[in-house]
Amino acid sequence: MQGSVKYTYPEDGFYGNFGGAFIPELLQPCVEELRSQYLSIMADPSFLHQFEALLKDYVGRPTPLYYAHRLSKHYQSHIYLKREDLCHTGAHKVNNTIGQILVAQRLGKQRIIAETGAGQHGVATATVCALMGLECIVYMGEKDIVRQAPNVQRMKMLGAEVRPAKSGSKTLKDATNEAIRDWINNPKDTHYIIGSVVGPHPYPDMVSRFQSVISQEILWQLKEKTGNENPTRIIACVGGGSNAAGAYFHYLERDSVDLVSVEAGGLGVHSGKTAATSQIGTQGVIHGSMTLLMQTEDGQIVEPHSISAGLDYPGIGPMHAHLIQSKRAKVVAIEDDHAVEAAFLMAKLEGIIPALESSHALAALDTLDLEPNDINVINLSGRGDKDLATFMQKGEHE
Amino acid sequence: MNRLQALFKRKSGHILNIYVTAGYPGLHDTEPVVLALDKAGVDIVELGIPYSDPLADGETIQDSSQQALQNGMTLSLLFKQIADIRLQSQIPIVLMGYFNQMLQYGIPAFIKQCETVGVDGLIIPDLPVEIYQRDYASIFEASSLSMSFLITPQTPSHRIRTMDEASHGFIYMVSANATTGSNIQISTEYFDRIKDMELNNPRLIGFGIKDRQGYDQACNYAHGAIIGSAFIKYLASNGLDHIDRFVTNIRNQH
Repeated sequence: MQGSVKYTYPEDGFYGNFGGAFIPELLQPCVEELRSQYLSIMADPSFLHQFEALLKDYVGRPTPLYYAHRLSKHYQSHIYLKREDLCHTGAHKVNNTIGQILVAQRLGKQRIIAETGAGQHGVATATVCALMGLECIVYMGEKDIVRQAPNVQRMKMLGAEVRPAKSGSKTLKDATNEAIRDWINNPKDTHYIIGSVVGPHPYPDMVSRFQSVISQEILWQLKEKTGNENPTRIIACVGGGSNAAGAYFHYLERDSVDLVSVEAGGLGVHSGKTAATSQIGTQGVIHGSMTLLMQTEDGQIVEPHSISAGLDYPGIGPMHAHLIQSKRAKVVAIEDDHAVEAAFLMAKLEGIIPALESSHALAALDTLDLEPNDINVINLSGRGDKDLATFMQKGEHE
Repeated sequence: MNRLQALFKRKSGHILNIYVTAGYPGLHDTEPVVLALDKAGVDIVELGIPYSDPLADGETIQDSSQQALQNGMTLSLLFKQIADIRLQSQIPIVLMGYFNQMLQYGIPAFIKQCETVGVDGLIIPDLPVEIYQRDYASIFEASSLSMSFLITPQTPSHRIRTMDEASHGFIYMVSANATTGSNIQISTEYFDRIKDMELNNPRLIGFGIKDRQGYDQACNYAHGAIIGSAFIKYLASNGLDHIDRFVTNIRNQH
């Protein structure tokens, strides 16, 4: 089987041309400690037992695979929703933070740091730190702290310290830089919980494996419902790409299953206000990984735009860069207003308010040639409560 | 032999390398700053290519990078400035930059341009030695540029040997595991340990060195010192006047 695996695991940390660990020597001890131990920790039976128990009893897994009747009728094609929005804390992010906090404990770390954009990963990290009684520091761009006040309050209530990132553009990429600098300065007692399939090797692989519980469940749930493990396609939104990596994982080597990666088009792919990294990005290094990223001709990293804070990242996970470059995954860009429309449609037809991020994946249904017998699985990565203010503001203009 | 290698041949200790971010404090200050440092007797100038996301740098150098970018600094302009500097000065120049900028310029084009304008060495803090050796060493080694790698107190001996093999300028000894400009505890045990390894390359100690005491200590254990954040702070408060005073506060004229 190993010989035919093209996408699932990085070789020497690289997915094709992408990945690796482009990190300062100062960060080597931290990353090397993790790299040399993550696989054996994750394979340990006591680890697996604890991870699975927490996913079941604390996160609420398995999450349902729900056949969306009215949505299916609307699109004249079969649509299943993988309900990651029903996870504790309201999104798939917690699958990864549970896994990483257990790794951190086994590495003997007392102090946890994380970066966050919209605050979802920050909340998921603060949650597991509270659960395990570990110190938690979340770096968040100064601008995002203002924009995402409710999540800042949630993190504080959960006992985390939220530190403003005041450098650069004061958003997610700068929060990530600050977290990396913190790790450089505190290599011994600290573990850095990265929230997506980005960063230096082994993070993209480790986070993919923790999120792969999503596709593992889709396999048997779909078999139960349709008699076949394989859908026609899986659709997921991609910022850094952790929910997509999780939804794709067990299907990566099954070529008959189409993978549709939905990026945030912002105000338009060529408007200058976009987060459609794979379409306007070029190869380069961001946050320790060779991947596709939005940058100037001079190699300065450009600030992206998306209505959804979770997709507002100038890079993309190296596995996704590889999937896209090798044409294993198809890319669709969805603009801000289209995502909002899709959220309203979903609320009206299915009684589910999706996160703005996941709404991009839903909107992609409008752009695909759907056949009546197609089985479409959409990863509904998070719930939309956090986005109500945006929905209400946009909805008034509908 | 480039200017950097000639310097190390001529001088075996008390080497002072001053870092400044190119295009800081003003867009066209690179040239006067370098010339003033040369006049003040500094041995090597390390020019930082300003970057939007400088991972290994502390607040002082980050802010100077940000300022330089706002001033409109670019890599192409830096090459022009270095060419102008070369009309008046032969001080060894080392470029410090993050790998992404060089990738965008194109590695072969970047190397060629460095050679053309008179750059002597390179420091690329986020290009690890393994990836360098696997993918880039052959092209860099075919040039006249001297590559220098960073080591830290946590770098294992076998890696230090690998980096010593891959370096053809100096070994940049990071004084402690911290970002640039941090207040740090210096470990002389580490300095001794590296000294005893008898590396091929001369050793310069950097990160957290800000005054005469730090410089003297570095010179006791290595071939010299690299000062960055302290000089950036000096420029921030004093501008370009009296750069010689900053240098004479660190050491007497050599």
